[in-house]
Formats: sequence, structure tokens, C-alpha cells
Amino acid sequence: MSATRYTPTAIALHWLMAVLLVGLFGVGLYMHDLPLSPWKLRVYSWHKWAGVTAFALVLARLAWRLGHRPPALPAAMPAWQQRAAHGLHHLLYLLMLAIPLSGWLMSSALGFQTVWFGVLPLPDLLAKDKELGETLKLVHMSLNFGLAALVVAHVGAAVKHHLIDRDDILSRMLPFLARR
Amino acid sequence: MTLLRPAPTLFLALLLGASAGSAGATEFGLFQPEKSSLTFVSKQMGVPVDGKFKKFAATLAFDPARPAAASAKFDLDLASIDAGSKDANDEVVGKAWFNLKAFPTASFVSTAVKPLGGDKYELAGKLSIKGKTQDVTAPFVFRQEGGNGVFDGGFVLKRLDFAVGDGIWSDVSAVANEVQIKFRIVAAPAAPRK
Ligand code: HEM
Ligand code: HEM
Repeated sequence: MSATRYTPTAIALHWLMAVLLVGLFGVGLYMHDLPLSPWKLRVYSWHKWAGVTAFALVLARLAWRLGHRPPALPAAMPAWQQRAAHGLHHLLYLLMLAIPLSGWLMSSALGFQTVWFGVLPLPDLLAKDKELGETLKLVHMSLNFGLAALVVAHVGAAVKHHLIDRDDILSRMLPFLARR
Repeated sequence: MTLLRPAPTLFLALLLGASAGSAGATEFGLFQPEKSSLTFVSKQMGVPVDGKFKKFAATLAFDPARPAAASAKFDLDLASIDAGSKDANDEVVGKAWFNLKAFPTASFVSTAVKPLGGDKYELAGKLSIKGKTQDVTAPFVFRQEGGNGVFDGGFVLKRLDFAVGDGIWSDVSAVANEVQIKFRIVAAPAAPRK
């Protein structure tokens, strides 16, 4: 049986994570330039907690995805576009894993353990090492700008499908847009 | 080590009933800075962050056979702090924290040392930071290692008692008031007492 749209679970996770990631991105850029203050410490902690939440969500999402194949792309779509779409989705998943992981490792290397919502301590996978921490900070930032660029392409493709190709790609992820 | 000690001291030790092997009448007084350490753990947003002071001096005299006669004085170069990150190091020199320009050093002067049984003792004294002086007590363990005397101890300092981190930083939900201080002081035997 091949489904024609995403399961409600897949849709919920997609949009929940989209909002969370855009928020994390904005907060990340904002907090980076704050002068040191209790507020900055607080924002950093919330960024880390929400980032770990995103990590947990993407793991859940991938587990769900393994058991639920997404609907096939429209047969009218050229093969290269289908490959590009799948490739892009894989890259997005990869970055959704790599970004929080790099944040966690960065925090360990900089000597600031991550304690999720002040309750659940994540193990420090790296010993304190300032230089490595600075490198991981750059990695975290670069991966984030990579994700931002891919999301722009992703959103652009979704909008093109909806407005130019006039297919159901966007509406199967956003059911209220369904025509008819 | 024991063999090198002049006979009269050894005799005195035996006379006092201390066992000959435990060097009961050695007074430890030569501070060994490179073997000693002064570290602390602060809590930021509930998360412990390690820090240390790289430069401090100690003047002390401690004879495990006569703890009541012991004395200690520590002088701490606050500029030698490593509070865990560059941001923090730049911040703590400022007015709200140590106000280093006006108060470059902190000091501790002992008032009493009390044996607690076994190798445990309690050090009491006056701690002065940022122009404020408070009584503090710190339990410590004394051991002899390789001919040196080693003092391991610590206490919880309430930073706001010394106005360290006032203004916006007096918000203890961001940086806790309690700072765990740990010291390890190593001292070689001083010249034998007459
Ligand atoms: C998918 C989740 C995440 C996203 C989208 C994200 C995004 C960002 C962005 C855009 C920045 C600003 C980069 C810069 O200008 O330096 C940033 C910084 C930072 N992130 Fe994340 N982050 C995520 C997860 C995490 C996690 C899980 C942690 C730690 C447990 C973390 C720790 C940090 C830290 C400490 C910084 C500040 C680096 C600095 O001081 O410049 N992030 N993040
Ligand atoms: C941080 C932001 C986003 C991320 C990380 C992201 C990630 C993903 C991923 C990984 C998939 C593939 C799902 C799968 O087949 O397993 C997907 C599908 C989809 N996304 Fe996003 N997305 C984001 C934002 C958006 C936005 C803002 C839109 C709408 C303008 C959008 C529209 C879609 C659509 C229409 C699909 C379904 C594609 C298809 O049917 O094959 N996404 N998204």
C-alpha cells in the first residue's frame, strides 16, 4: 500500500522541528554577541537544552521514518530532481544530527557540561581542551550555515512545486493547502 | 630522612611518646608552591565549572604532634585566576567581581587549628577578600608523603559575603552563591626546632 501523504506523526515532527530549528538558529546568533551577564548564561543554557531536545526529536523522527516510507514523489518529476530531493533530505537529516552533536561536544571541550533542563546531565564525551573547543565552535557554526543554506533550497523547492509545478508536494506536508 | 634528623630531636620525640617512625616532632613549614594547588568549583546555571588560582603563597608552621601551636597565612594573587573560560577571566577582574584594581590580593590568616581525630583537623581563621573580612573554618586531612607534609582540605565560600559578583551578578540562580574551595598545600619540614 503506498501512502499519498505523510503520516500525521511525520507531519507533526517535521513542523515541530522546523520551528525549533529556526528558533535555535536565531537564538544562537543572538546570544553569541551578548556581553557576559546572567542573562547570557541563561540564554546559553536554554539554547543547549532546546538543542538537545532537537537531537532527541530527530532520533525519534528517524526511528519513525525507518518504519514508515514517505509517499513516492510524483512520477512526472524528472529522475534528477527526484535524486536531488532525496539527497537533500538525507543531508538535512545528517545536519540535524551533526549540529546538536557538535554543540554537545563543543560544550564538553570548553568545560561546560550540558545538564538537560538542569536535571539530566549528559556525559562529557570529550575532556576539557580549549583549542578543540574553539575548533568545534567553528564546526558548529559552519554546519549551521550549511543547514541554513540547505533549508533555503528546501523551502524554495517546496514553493516551486506548489506554485509552478502545481503538484501536491507541499500540501502532503501541509495538508490544509490541499487543493480540491 | 629520619636518620638525618639530629639526635636530640629524635630523643625528644621518643620522650614525648611519639613512635620513632612517624616523625612526630617534625614541623612542616617550607611551602612548596609547585606541588600545591588552590582550585574551586562554581555553579553556573546549576552546572559545576572548575577554576583555579595559579599564584598564591603560604607561610605556615604545622607539627602534627602539636596542632594547637600551628599557624598559617595565605596570600592569593587574584589576577592569577582561571575561572574556566576567557570570558569569565575577563569578567572577574571587574568591579562587580574582585575589583582587581582596588583589591589585587586576598588573604587568610589562621586563628586556630583543632585536631578532629585521626589525621583530620580543622583550620579556623579570617578570610579577607575585596576589603571584607569573615571568619571561615575548613576541615583538612594531613598526611606525610615522601617526607613532605600534605594538607588537603576545603570549604564552601559564600561569594556574596564578600560582595564578589554583586550588581546583576547577585542573581544566584545564574551563578550560585556557594563556591566550593579546595586546597592542597605541600610543605617540606622546616629546620628542626631547638
Ligand atoms: C539543532 C540544534 C542546534 C542549532 C540549530 C544550533 C544553532 C546555533 C547557532 C546558529 C549558533 C551561533 C553560531 C555562532 O555564531 O557562533 C550556535 C551557537 C552555540 N551553540 Fe548551538 N545549535 C544547536 C544545538 C546546540 C546544542 C545541542 C548545544 C550544546 C549542548 C549547542 C551549543 C551552542 C553553543 C555553546 C553556542 C555558542 C558558541 C559561541 O560561544 O559562539 N548548540 N548554535
Ligand atoms: C529547519 C527547517 C526544515 C528542515 C530541517 C526540514 C527537513 C525536512 C526533511 C528532512 C524532509 C524529508 C522528510 C522525509 O521524507 O523523511 C522534509 C520534507 C518536506 N519539507 Fe521540510 N524542513 C524544514 C522546513 C520546511 C519548510 C519551512 C517548508 C515549507 C515551505 C518545508 C516543506 C517540506 C515539504 C513540502 C516536504 C515534503 C517533501 C516530499 O514530499 O518529499 N520544510 N523536510
